[in-house]
Amino acid sequence: MSALSLKPHLYDVEAIRQDFPILAREVHGRPLVYLDNAASAQKPKQVMNKITDFVTTEYSNVHRGVHFLSAAATDRYEAARGRVKTFLNAAHEDEIVWTRGGTEAINLVASSFLSPRLEPGDEIVLSVMEHHSNIVPWHFLRERQGASLRWVDVSDDGELDPEDVARAIGPNTKFVAITHMSNVLGTHTALKEIVRIAHERGIPVLADGCQASVHGKVDVRDLDVDFYVMTGHKLYGPTGIGVLYARKAHLKAMRPYQGGGEMIREVTKANVTYAEPPMRFEAGTPPIIEAVGLAAALDYLDSIGRDAAAAHENALARRAEAKLKALNGVRLIGEARDKGPIVSFETIGIHAHDLATILDREGVAVRAGHHCAQVLMERCGVVATARASFGLYNTEAEVDALVDAVQIARKVFA
Amino acid sequence: MDAHLRELYQEIILDHSRHPRHFGTLTDANHRADGFNPLCGDKVSIYLKVNGEDRIEDIAFEGKGCAISVASASLMSEMLKGRKVDEAETLMGGFLELVKGGEGADLSDDDREYLEAMAGVSAFPMRVKSATLAWHAMKSALEGDGTAKTE
Repeated sequence: MSALSLKPHLYDVEAIRQDFPILAREVHGRPLVYLDNAASAQKPKQVMNKITDFVTTEYSNVHRGVHFLSAAATDRYEAARGRVKTFLNAAHEDEIVWTRGGTEAINLVASSFLSPRLEPGDEIVLSVMEHHSNIVPWHFLRERQGASLRWVDVSDDGELDPEDVARAIGPNTKFVAITHMSNVLGTHTALKEIVRIAHERGIPVLADGCQASVHGKVDVRDLDVDFYVMTGHKLYGPTGIGVLYARKAHLKAMRPYQGGGEMIREVTKANVTYAEPPMRFEAGTPPIIEAVGLAAALDYLDSIGRDAAAAHENALARRAEAKLKALNGVRLIGEARDKGPIVSFETIGIHAHDLATILDREGVAVRAGHHCAQVLMERCGVVATARASFGLYNTEAEVDALVDAVQIARKVFA
Repeated sequence: MDAHLRELYQEIILDHSRHPRHFGTLTDANHRADGFNPLCGDKVSIYLKVNGEDRIEDIAFEGKGCAISVASASLMSEMLKGRKVDEAETLMGGFLELVKGGEGADLSDDDREYLEAMAGVSAFPMRVKSATLAWHAMKSALEGDGTAKTE
């Protein structure tokens, strides 16, 4: 743990902002106020420099050459896997599988773990606040194998009661797939309790950690979760890389996902045998540069201090909520007690896309739409929301710029 | 507020979005189609009554969407009522040009003047699909394939 994370009052956001060159740019003649971090975070110089250094001095394909650069690149690439293991406090490096992103990680579990175990009528339990990436792969199993989806509702505040997960699990339940933090409501789910409930009934759990892993420490052993998913680009790292953490015993029992190079032991005309995990699930040339970049991003995040960053971000989000609520005609969507730095809201009489357009002209970048969570939108009775999501480099002045811009939009539509 | 924004959300657009004309369904429609923008969830349904002389006798629309998409549908409905089907296609072509920053050279002066209220969208490329959704749905309704997407 860095000294900073022990002393949150020393959190120096202005120094942090210097690490992100893009934050200095203007948009439509206004300083950029980037509040779309839940969609993707900006990249610090430390990540860009690491990628440049690696590509300049050590790049090659991995695991297949005997030459110097291949060995160097393989070392870097596998060290990045070790970095993720530490980040998640996993027990073994070979429990870390590289994927293209969070989406592919969930598809991999659906296809290689659950699909072969499913009988028609088997049930998959998931919450109504899942991102489409944690819904559609399970719909595939419903369409193709006759599985049925059991939906766990959330309260009007956006809270998920673990007891409702217990009630949703029946004799035919084979799997629980649940977010660790909603990308729309910001709700932090009681994942450890949900896993305990599911395990009592012998049901494995996948957690979508694409948001939660960015905002606070994650310990997969303490959570006791079976599968945990992250994506690189939200963690201040590159696009095109994600992580599947899976328990060793699960990985060993899982069939391959895609076929190709690197994932095999031996290929003959008559037969093929497969490599051990994690290589079994990493067909083809992997995201080598991206893995090195992601490791640098995790180093960066830990140098700031994950708890310190989360405390800073949450304080900004609570400030934004208080100020938006004080405006007439703004409704917050998601007011869970345990909430991360994601603020979804509706401005009465202004569609989210119109609002986002006006905010953009003020330099304020927010997301508007259904946020790939149409099931949740239906539950909340809205078509679209605006969403401000905070990162470790955002400031109180940016919260105020958001609120000022919302007031300008209200004048346009007055 | 900058000039582009003022042009986009000019009074006529706000008025049509707040008080859309021909909003609702048409019980005796003989053409209809749904438009859907999967990116933002905007939806519009278009109802047309086309008579034996290929003239659009009546038109209605319903749906949910942003101010731009609702205003565009409303303006379109005003403009198309009483027009011939082949005119509708010309108008659509001119409209698509205008919202992408073009001249709309095939439009008559009156039509261009009317549709120019929407031309401010051309400064907002991310919003062009909002403006064109209803027109694409109208075209699908006339061609009879029932659904339109802006993708």
